[in-house]
Amino acid sequence: MEQIVETKNLTKTYNGFTAVDRLNLTIREGEIFGFLGPNGAGKTTTILMLLGLTEPSSGTVQVCGYNPTREPLKVKRIVGYLPEKVGFYEDLTARQNLGYTAELNNLLRREAEERISELLATVGLSQVADQEVRELSRGMKQRLGIADVLVKEPKLVFLDEPTSGIDPEGIEDVLKLITSMAKKGITIVFCSHQLHQVQKICSRVGILAKGHLVAEGQIDRLGKRAIGGGRYRIEAQVARLSPKLIDAIRQVKGVIEAQGSGDSLLISCNRDLRGQISKVIVDSGSLLLGMKIEEYSLERIYKKYSKEA
Amino acid sequence: MYAVFRKELADHLSSKRFGILFILVLLAAMFATYLAVQNIRSVVTSDTEFVFLKIFTTSGETLPSFLFFLSLFIPIVGIALGFDAINSERTSGNLSRLLSQPIYRDSLINGKFLAGLAILGIMIASVIALVAGLGLRIVGVPPSSEEVLRLIAFVLLSMVYGAFWMALAVLFSVFFDRTATSMLASIALWIFFFFFMSMIAGTIADARVPIDQNSSLEMVTKNFEIQGMIGRISPCTLYGEATSALLTPELGSLNPALMMISILAAGRMLTPLPFSQSLLLVWPQVVSIIALAAICFAVSYIRFMKEEIRSI
Repeated sequence: MEQIVETKNLTKTYNGFTAVDRLNLTIREGEIFGFLGPNGAGKTTTILMLLGLTEPSSGTVQVCGYNPTREPLKVKRIVGYLPEKVGFYEDLTARQNLGYTAELNNLLRREAEERISELLATVGLSQVADQEVRELSRGMKQRLGIADVLVKEPKLVFLDEPTSGIDPEGIEDVLKLITSMAKKGITIVFCSHQLHQVQKICSRVGILAKGHLVAEGQIDRLGKRAIGGGRYRIEAQVARLSPKLIDAIRQVKGVIEAQGSGDSLLISCNRDLRGQISKVIVDSGSLLLGMKIEEYSLERIYKKYSKEA
Repeated sequence: MYAVFRKELADHLSSKRFGILFILVLLAAMFATYLAVQNIRSVVTSDTEFVFLKIFTTSGETLPSFLFFLSLFIPIVGIALGFDAINSERTSGNLSRLLSQPIYRDSLINGKFLAGLAILGIMIASVIALVAGLGLRIVGVPPSSEEVLRLIAFVLLSMVYGAFWMALAVLFSVFFDRTATSMLASIALWIFFFFFMSMIAGTIADARVPIDQNSSLEMVTKNFEIQGMIGRISPCTLYGEATSALLTPELGSLNPALMMISILAAGRMLTPLPFSQSLLLVWPQVVSIIALAAICFAVSYIRFMKEEIRSI
């Protein structure tokens, strides 16, 4: 995949405080990239530099082939940004707010009207399109924010905490929307403290701590590096656990490691092997009492890297 | 910038704030004009020139003139149009969303300022046109070409004066995060300039050159000169002097003491100045108001452009 964002030694200093320190980041076209880090880690500052809204102190940055500092308008024409605290003109309707965004993007009236209607339908706001924004719920406003970002038909979208303050059902809707955007070929940079959401939709993540990029890559690779073993950990409760059974399980294709302790069997593997393992246990004449599977938890990976940083 | 300008213009025109202010200014203007027309006979003689302009400057028995009402309301309108220009966008979370659209940052502040200026122009021109129309109907004397020129200059000057107050309010809206703070700061400054500046000028002049009934003409003139000099720090004084000279062509000087001395020496009202001479007379005042407005706007522009977006 082609790189859509590339930074080299990107640094931002505010009054002697280094918010972003020699950041080397790569985001590939079409992926959903999870951009993680505690508050004040420098995520928003990085996004603002990538958008050309703030100037880097040093280093270089390329977004969609443009330098955002020198060509901010070219970047802003094809890059969308949904800020954490997105605001709209409360006395205007949802449609009028999007209309203003379309006007700022120099869209022709007719084209804009059609696109806005489509987008409002996509985010499920057709019913409230002509209601004033003040009457919309937080979740609706967040979905309106996503529609607002899509008005310009961007290649790349930065979503800063798009699910904050939304109820669980609303979160599901927003995550589905994000996934559908990615399916249409839009690259998404997803900033969130909700790590389970990030794990659910992101193909790769970058972890920022104190302005440094401490980890970047696919979740399972990062997990392997930080925690070891395979992507999945299967824990089985077995009556009559024998060394012979453990050896048999180790022979199953895809198993990285198997260990027994009492009546517990711990298996590390890179794919879901519950079916094969159950079969081996039953075939060996042992009794399978229970089984559960765990994927690498992004939370564990995140904590590990943050702690190291 | 045109998109921002259009949106702001539409917002102002459809806002309750604009509606209320417009009705208030209009009612005050109509009332002042009606009273002026009632009293105009007492100030006009058969050889009085520029009768039409008297509609704007003649006061009622208890109420001030249209000119006074306008000088009172223009700052309020200017402040109302600018006090929340930037900070309301910031607090509502709109600013970073707007600035992530393909527009330059200055388009936002320029568009807002120009829209405010257009509204000021519409409001002032329409109020003056309505008053002129009402006066024309009641008095029945059509304005001469010079009177029309003076009225056009008056409209333009009033717009510049309004632009100063709007620029000041925009400046506070850039510096203060809360809209209430920027509004209060603007109003406080207006109250200071409108009500207290002349008192301060009088007190300082009296302390420097005390005068009483027995004071010489030289002392009185000097006292008035000091008062005028200090008073001109206030844009309200500058506007008052400039509009008085434009709408009262007989005014040969902007120093009231010198004016009085000239009248006493001549034994009658002075010959009216031609428009070009009146314009020359008020030119320093006009330039000062323009400069003040430009300074306020330039400071808010630079501050807004240099502001780190993370604080927005």
